[in-house]
Amino acid sequence: MKEASAGTLESGDILIQIAPAQKGLEIELQSSVAAQFGRQIKTVIKDTLEGLGVDNAYVKAVDKGALDCTIRARVTAAAVRATGKDVWKD
Amino acid sequence: MMFVPGNNPGMMADAHIYGPDSIMLDLEDSVTMAEKDAARLLVYNALKTIDYGTTEMVVRINPLNTPYGKKDVEAVVKAGVDVIRMPKTETADEVRELEAEILKVETEIGRVGETQIMAAIESALGIVNAYAIATASKRMMGIALGAEDYSANLKTNRTPGGAELLLAREQIVVAARAAGIACFDTVYSNLDDMETFRKEVELIKTLGFDGKSIINPRQIEVVNSVFVPTEKEINKARAVIAGIKEARAKGSGVISVNGKMVDRPVVLRAERTIALAVAAGVISEEEAL
Amino acid sequence: MRNTKLVSLEEAIRRSGLKDGMTISFHHHFRGGDKVVNMVVDKLAEMGFKNLHLAASSLSDVHAPLIEHIKNGVITKISTSGLRGTLADAISRGLMEEPVVFRSHGGRGSAIANGEIKIDVAFLGASASDELGNACGVPRSENAKSICGSLGYALPDARYASHVVVLTDDLVPYPNLPSGIRAADVESVVVVDSVGDSSKISAGAIRDSKNPRDILLAKSAAKVVINSGLFQDGFSIQTGTGGASLAVVKYIREEMINRGIKASFALGGITAHMVKLHEEGLIGTLIDVQSFDKVAAENIAKDPSHVEVSAVEYASGQHLGSATHALDIVILSALEVDTDFNVNVLVGSDGIIRGAIGGHQDTAADSALSIIVCPLLRGRIPCVVPHVTTLITPGKSVDVVVTEYGVAVNPGRPEVRDRLVAAGVHVVDIQDLAKKAESIIGTPDPLPFGDKVVGVVMNRDGSVLDKIYNIK
Repeated sequence: MKEASAGTLESGDILIQIAPAQKGLEIELQSSVAAQFGRQIKTVIKDTLEGLGVDNAYVKAVDKGALDCTIRARVTAAAVRATGKDVWKD
Repeated sequence: MMFVPGNNPGMMADAHIYGPDSIMLDLEDSVTMAEKDAARLLVYNALKTIDYGTTEMVVRINPLNTPYGKKDVEAVVKAGVDVIRMPKTETADEVRELEAEILKVETEIGRVGETQIMAAIESALGIVNAYAIATASKRMMGIALGAEDYSANLKTNRTPGGAELLLAREQIVVAARAAGIACFDTVYSNLDDMETFRKEVELIKTLGFDGKSIINPRQIEVVNSVFVPTEKEINKARAVIAGIKEARAKGSGVISVNGKMVDRPVVLRAERTIALAVAAGVISEEEAL
Repeated sequence: MRNTKLVSLEEAIRRSGLKDGMTISFHHHFRGGDKVVNMVVDKLAEMGFKNLHLAASSLSDVHAPLIEHIKNGVITKISTSGLRGTLADAISRGLMEEPVVFRSHGGRGSAIANGEIKIDVAFLGASASDELGNACGVPRSENAKSICGSLGYALPDARYASHVVVLTDDLVPYPNLPSGIRAADVESVVVVDSVGDSSKISAGAIRDSKNPRDILLAKSAAKVVINSGLFQDGFSIQTGTGGASLAVVKYIREEMINRGIKASFALGGITAHMVKLHEEGLIGTLIDVQSFDKVAAENIAKDPSHVEVSAVEYASGQHLGSATHALDIVILSALEVDTDFNVNVLVGSDGIIRGAIGGHQDTAADSALSIIVCPLLRGRIPCVVPHVTTLITPGKSVDVVVTEYGVAVNPGRPEVRDRLVAAGVHVVDIQDLAKKAESIIGTPDPLPFGDKVVGVVMNRDGSVLDKIYNIK
């Protein structure tokens, strides 16, 4: 696994930066809706990564009001870029 | 049909509130090569999650002969897209190739036959082969003109009057009618010139097109005002909706109108026709029921 | 000896008899360009004053330097219509020991008139003044630098304060008449380099919003107005300044022309759009408490049917003569609306103060029909919610809520609902709007409020409506 990122800082999007880590998932989140949705956003990031078999990583997320489906897409894209393992065939 | 870039989550989240008949999420020209993978995931997750209501969902994929095309098909079929729009279609063989790819994915997920195809014709060769393309697959729901590439291919430029597109437009309408499918006109990109846009919409309606492709919600009102449904269209839509109610009453999943099977996009279009007629004040809300 | 009014700021303060613990007041007609508040409070700090009550008609981003004056004990109490920027942020986190008191513009006018707010010294910036204190917000010479138009929010202060100091950057020969602020009410006149940054006082030319969602909301709101039953010859209207509100005027205008309908008056913050309709003969009188842009500010200077009114005449709930009582339709914005139609325009969904009550309470309560225009969602922030974070305008005075997902009508207005449904407006239940928002963004966690009261929201009748707690 190498460092990778996906997403943008445009409104409604989230920028996910992912880097290798030794032990477990560490998620750092910046979001204007952190008070109300921070817990939910971190859960989506964690569940998505675990679903892809990524158990050890440092993730920095800068959120601009993204919906859960966007967060899933960006986390998956960053993970695919980091691991080189695509979710689609060939 | 409103074009929405496939790598813009903000626009994808609420494109349907403007009431387009269909939304085309684009994985092709509006997405850079470096972002093809991310856009594909974004479109996949949006289709699976966002409630687009009765809006027909279309995705424009990359051509199958690029490294992205097949993955695009896999992603959007798995996400349950209504229609796949294939760009730069030139021959019937290309359509059959796409059909085979779709079938492969549908078989894998156990949902055979639900994904429809729309072919965008964007070259002289494609125009020459229009009827063959229109009849290449039973999944083919419509053909559309892509005028930018087409006029470049003709070695001419686009003009406000659109003389350079006349043959292509007529050919597409004729091919679509002969094949019994729908046809859609190209986009008009100058958002500041609503007058020319209106003239173009009036022209293509006269030519026989079923609809216009648009790039901004501000264009919807113009298209809707030109394409107010006719009485015949309203009656046809009512028959489809009555067919659904009858099928539901009988507990049957199969809907038929006048003995013909009706697909989901046909139902969606019928609902849209009624909604448009209500919005335009042609019929009242009570009459729509 | 002639003319004893023209003095330095320091001399004016000394003369005013201001003492620690007293109340000073300001208006906010110079908006984001205001220099008066900071200039005067800096001087008061320098002169050693402490424990003052600052009663402003509103405060904004530009007043961040007050944070230091609060920490140093110069200002210990604030009354205002709104707060924004870093000052609002600091106060939301518990900067002040005493809660900020928030009033509507009409509520502030009433409170000043009935003595609930007793202003000891009013410091009122003016675009032009003569040496006796006849002062106004319109240009009266070629040297006019800081033009704001109506001085409506300053007029109760000028009339009721014990002592009035006018500050101006354009001293003109006597008599500077007609003027809203009259020499008889003024004790001192101070000439300063600049009362405001003209580029930040008001927007220049009209810019129509091209944001498709604003346009969608505006068209929908216009459809509500047109089919409300009140859209008849001689109707009256007030709108806000947001992109959608401005665009509503454009669509209403088209229908006024189509049907040959004219409005008797437009009220409140006057915009270039309203001036245009007035000039076209579509609106009779412009009743202007605040000129929102340059076009409005220039027009009030020359047009006899474009009239400056005080906050009391505009929107006092305690004066039956106030203009809001004659208002038919008001179009307002909101940060949040809840399923009981209560509105919050003051506290953001993050618990931080980021707005102003303005005339919201006043116009919603007195008008025949109040229409709130707001998107269902701003990014991931919901605007239709089960309960507003802070109650500003009670739901009983809110009639219609326009969103991009449909229009909700207060159950107390069934006749309005029936008219809108008959006209083909997409009418929905407000509960369904809240559910729709939640289905898209999920259920928000509760905000981490503390137990210190940082703000008190007053109703326009002088009662307490709600309290704002510190955010952690």
